[in-house]
Amino acid sequence: MGIKKITTPLTDNAILGLKTGDEVLISGLIYAARDQAHFRLVNLIEKNNPLPFDIQGQVIYYVGPTPEKPGDVIGSAGPTTSYRMDKYAPALIKLGLKGMIGKGKRSGEVKDAIKKYKAVYFGAIGGAGALISKTIKSSRIIAYEDLLSEAVRELIVEDFPAIVVNDVYGGDLYEEGRRKYENKYAIAV
Amino acid sequence: MYNVYNAKPKENILLMRFITSDEISNAVKNLIINSSISLPEDTYKSLKWAFEKEISESGKTVLGQILLNAEVARLEKKPLCQDTGLAVFFVEIGMDVAFKDKNLTDAINEGTRLGYAEGFLRKSTCDPLTRKNIGDNTPAIIHYEFAGGDKLRIMYAAKGGGSENMSGIKMMRPSDGKDGIMDFVVQIMQAAGPNPCPPNIIGVGIGGNFERSAVLAKKSLFRKLGERNSDPELGEMEKVILDRINNIGTGPMGFGGICTALGVHIIKEPCHIASLPVAVNIECHSHRHAEITI
Repeated sequence: MGIKKITTPLTDNAILGLKTGDEVLISGLIYAARDQAHFRLVNLIEKNNPLPFDIQGQVIYYVGPTPEKPGDVIGSAGPTTSYRMDKYAPALIKLGLKGMIGKGKRSGEVKDAIKKYKAVYFGAIGGAGALISKTIKSSRIIAYEDLLSEAVRELIVEDFPAIVVNDVYGGDLYEEGRRKYENKYAIAV
Repeated sequence: MYNVYNAKPKENILLMRFITSDEISNAVKNLIINSSISLPEDTYKSLKWAFEKEISESGKTVLGQILLNAEVARLEKKPLCQDTGLAVFFVEIGMDVAFKDKNLTDAINEGTRLGYAEGFLRKSTCDPLTRKNIGDNTPAIIHYEFAGGDKLRIMYAAKGGGSENMSGIKMMRPSDGKDGIMDFVVQIMQAAGPNPCPPNIIGVGIGGNFERSAVLAKKSLFRKLGERNSDPELGEMEKVILDRINNIGTGPMGFGGICTALGVHIIKEPCHIASLPVAVNIECHSHRHAEITI
């Protein structure tokens, strides 16, 4: 199975073509946001205020990079654990968010929202922040600068490597992968 | 923090070896900066071994990328991971050492501040309630122990939040015994799944009391990967637990595979006759640790 190249923003059609386990290379504009940024974004939604960026069809990357050295586009920039955003993600998906990139399991509510509103959750490799940063071509803080590493950024990425974890069909790579290799260590080693 | 320089009787001062706070801060700063970009040899070797052993295709890809990331980090002097951690220290203070200028805790925190600033590392400490970032990654988490001699040994680890969050502690019943302890460690790893960035190193503290077991679990992570436990009974338990964890199937980054853990490290200490405290501290594959003796 080849690696799929996808570009943002994501259309429903593109999402329907993605299946759990698909390796993808993402190019285009994505938004960096993690814990405190999500807290603020969802606060805005609850008060019917506009978000600092148009979320329609967009992808959010759960990341809080290290400060960039002079001359660098961005510091180390791997994914953070996604479940901390589970409380906030369904509200954003309902508003039109189409993709999330992070690492680790999602809640039932998030998986339901992914199915209902046609979205996708990608897993990236945690602890590979130096390598991943090479695929980030530009970075600009667009909101909440006071949050330091947790500020919302607009990132332009080229061939950002990820794998589809939760697809629109209810697939879950973490469950399927684990089941496939359960008790295989005893045999292999 | 008391100050040996001021507190000791005059005649003893002559026998003490003085270490200035600048020496300590500088050493701490360098430990922090270097270990953020350079994966220790034991971690690298262990990951390489896992890469060769892994049978899952996606697991192998992940391990390959992790090894490549280590090369990129070293060559480009870029942090291995954006989570450059809380700064955790185990410090052994020789009885014949005295400290000049700042007290030891302040000196270590100053080194932490300098290391995270000058190394362009992420500052990850915040107020637990307001969540406002402290801004300089202090305070460091420091554990002190005393030793003989006139040296100061500083052991450092950058401890990421993702793996720390999946850790657990349980006040078990003495009747739960060895099997109960092993079941508990495996359950923690089953529940953690992909979240703590597997393959992990699992530190287990058995005994002491509530807080002591957690310190032991953390301390066990400082043992070199691949090094045997000096206690054969604990060594056997480590092997059994490691096999069971690797049979869960979680695999590298949770995409499925046989390399879920690189090592299990146990430390035990006596506990109360009524208690069996067990703490499990999970460490991510970006196992950044270093030490220096001054």
